[in-house]
Amino acid sequence: MKKIKIALVGNPNSGKTTLFNDLTGSNQYVGNWPGVTVEKKEGRLRMTGKPGREKWPQVIIVDLPGIYSLSPYTMEEVITRDFLVLERPDVILNIVDASNLERNLYLTSQLMECGIPMVIALNMMDVVKKSGDIVNPDRLSAALGCPVVETSAVKGDGSMQAALAAVRQVKFSPPAPLKFGETVESTLGMIGHVLKNKVANEVLKRWYSIKLFERDEKVREQLALSQSDLDKIENFIKVCEAELDDDSESIITNERYERVTSIAAESLQRNLNKLSASDKIDRIVTNRWLALPIFAAVMFIVYYISVSSVGTIVTDWMNETLFGSWITGGVSSLLESVGAAGWLQSLIVDGIIGGVGAVLGFVPQMMILFFFLSFLEDCGYMARVAFIMDRIFRKLGLSGKSFIPMLISSGCGVPGIMASRTIESEKDRKMTIMVTTFIPCGAKLPIIALIAGAMFPGSSWWVAPSMYFLGILMVILSGIILKKTPLFSGEPSPFVMELPQYHMPAAKNLFLHIWERGRAFIVKAGTVIFVASGLIWFLSNFGWNLRMVDQDESILASIGHFITPMFSPLGFGDWRAAVATVTGLAAKENVVSTLSVLLGVSEGAESTPALLASVAGMFSMVSAYAFMVFNMLCAPCVAAIGAIHREMGSVKWTLIAVGYQTALAYIISLLIYQFGRVLFLGHTVSAGTIAAIAAALILIWLVVRPDSNKKIKPPQKATS
Amino acid sequence: MRSLRDMQCGKSAVVVRLAGEGALKRRIMDMGITKGTNITVRKVAPLGDPLEVTVRGYELTIRKADAENIIVE
Repeated sequence: MKKIKIALVGNPNSGKTTLFNDLTGSNQYVGNWPGVTVEKKEGRLRMTGKPGREKWPQVIIVDLPGIYSLSPYTMEEVITRDFLVLERPDVILNIVDASNLERNLYLTSQLMECGIPMVIALNMMDVVKKSGDIVNPDRLSAALGCPVVETSAVKGDGSMQAALAAVRQVKFSPPAPLKFGETVESTLGMIGHVLKNKVANEVLKRWYSIKLFERDEKVREQLALSQSDLDKIENFIKVCEAELDDDSESIITNERYERVTSIAAESLQRNLNKLSASDKIDRIVTNRWLALPIFAAVMFIVYYISVSSVGTIVTDWMNETLFGSWITGGVSSLLESVGAAGWLQSLIVDGIIGGVGAVLGFVPQMMILFFFLSFLEDCGYMARVAFIMDRIFRKLGLSGKSFIPMLISSGCGVPGIMASRTIESEKDRKMTIMVTTFIPCGAKLPIIALIAGAMFPGSSWWVAPSMYFLGILMVILSGIILKKTPLFSGEPSPFVMELPQYHMPAAKNLFLHIWERGRAFIVKAGTVIFVASGLIWFLSNFGWNLRMVDQDESILASIGHFITPMFSPLGFGDWRAAVATVTGLAAKENVVSTLSVLLGVSEGAESTPALLASVAGMFSMVSAYAFMVFNMLCAPCVAAIGAIHREMGSVKWTLIAVGYQTALAYIISLLIYQFGRVLFLGHTVSAGTIAAIAAALILIWLVVRPDSNKKIKPPQKATS
Repeated sequence: MRSLRDMQCGKSAVVVRLAGEGALKRRIMDMGITKGTNITVRKVAPLGDPLEVTVRGYELTIRKADAENIIVE
């Protein structure tokens, strides 16, 4: 049976995702487009309850990224046009926000050039009716030359009709592209003539001609034209530009908007004297004086419910009751009753259930958090967050929306990293993922409490705040350093962003989103963590002779011994501190428990006096602080590394992130120990001090050096 | 000749020219700010940047530095 592929294309905030969820339900597959962190969604059209559905062909819907144009400048736009032009779906279902007709039809005018049959889903008809505007779908259909179906995706009205219209439209011819002015048309004709041997498809020839007229680098590369052909085309463009006194890209854009404005004027009657509900809300929410307090209040509520109160209760229950006693107890007694070997019991109970359980414990908390985040995103508030916070964050090469992942990370880095998904620009997103775990998470607090209690008894009030302050400082420092590196080269993504109208999110969208994110975490991160916790269990319980030994004779301990010298310049060249740092990779809480095991304090916690005394004997004030700083900033736990891998979508970027974090941790600890030793403990200047001065100078240079990415002049139309 | 940046809140003007080039210029045009378009400055963000403007019936935010490229009258 033949398959039909529908491409779902539309502006961001046009209700595209709602429509997609409506049409496919849970028959979705979510992945990434190859090589980038842009989400790819595909699903099968639900046919349940439709008579005669056996005879229907299988219908696959591809949800393309929300875009405003088919320009070559953003990842999302390039993905969409490559999909349309190279993979040739059978039909385009273009979602048009009827309450925002002109800008939406601008994209439509470009889609009409792809030579693919098209149906328009005229969405948000409920909003239009409420605002008193009148849209005439028949006139629109006549002007564009393709069927128009009215929908209200939030209510589920018309969605299926739109999909069925698209399926029917497969047999019909594509809409005729809009005609530009005479001068432009004749230039396009001449370019098309040059292409006659290159592009066989007549319809696509026009698309390629327009792109060449716009001097689109991507298309030039794709067509691999000879230099003489390129020169010819360049001449045509120059003549046209001289005649119309503008650059070619502007000429095309202007002409498109002119056509679209007149089409919109024919089919839309605007009710002019209105102040929409959205305007009224924004009078308060983005008000000069109220915006920041409201933002703080919203963040407090989200944080309080999902991290401090409900989230912690559920996570603690999962960790202590469900995994800690029910499952562990049940499995232990089961294993005992069948007489399993001691090592197997230990592997399953301590290694796997302990490790995976610690991670799964986060899942309910994450789901609560994602409920709030997707609510804020869907209702339109997240765009306002970017508007309010942009000024602070853009200096660091981050987005205004980066605030949210960082706030969440002060609870737990894992959902923090995953919350970066709402940031549009790939660069901002990657940068946010790299820096967000510098903010101390809940699991790092016992380390702080231990060092503060052991080394600074009586006057430890400043230790914890200093760690948060250091975390924020590292985010700022990293922003400045990283945005100048070739990793984040290319033009800064322009911040020209729509503030969509507020609306009540569809409950179905929220739950699908939460379900999908939760599942992604459990599956993707879970596999990494499953393997990692098994491995760490093995390393900390077995010696090189592959027999079970005590932790201080294990492979992990000998790795600790081996890497100990590396930590000497940081002041904690004690193998126990080194091993504790390594076990912190499994979970940061382990740093305290490992130290207590290795120091021979049974059942030691961060406030046990015997442990505090032993720790106080291990460190000086300065080396203890350096130890703490290193553990705060270095590679996060495996769960967070798993989340980084999931969000970055590449091993290379995961290694870059973790490598950068560890290197920065090393340098900062080095500075603290070496300078602190001389300044506070009165030690003499040594080779280490000189190394620290050198490191400090390099760090200062990285911060103040000119931005190498700024030297590249804009005409290179880089997309990443 | 003045730019969008110099406009007062609540005032409207017509776009006469777009300066700059590349991705930023294209993005500004793609969002509907083209020659002859009516544009109204709605407000300034609480920290003094970016701006919120109304264009073609919807709300758009743009940084002051980028708004300098939009020449109005």
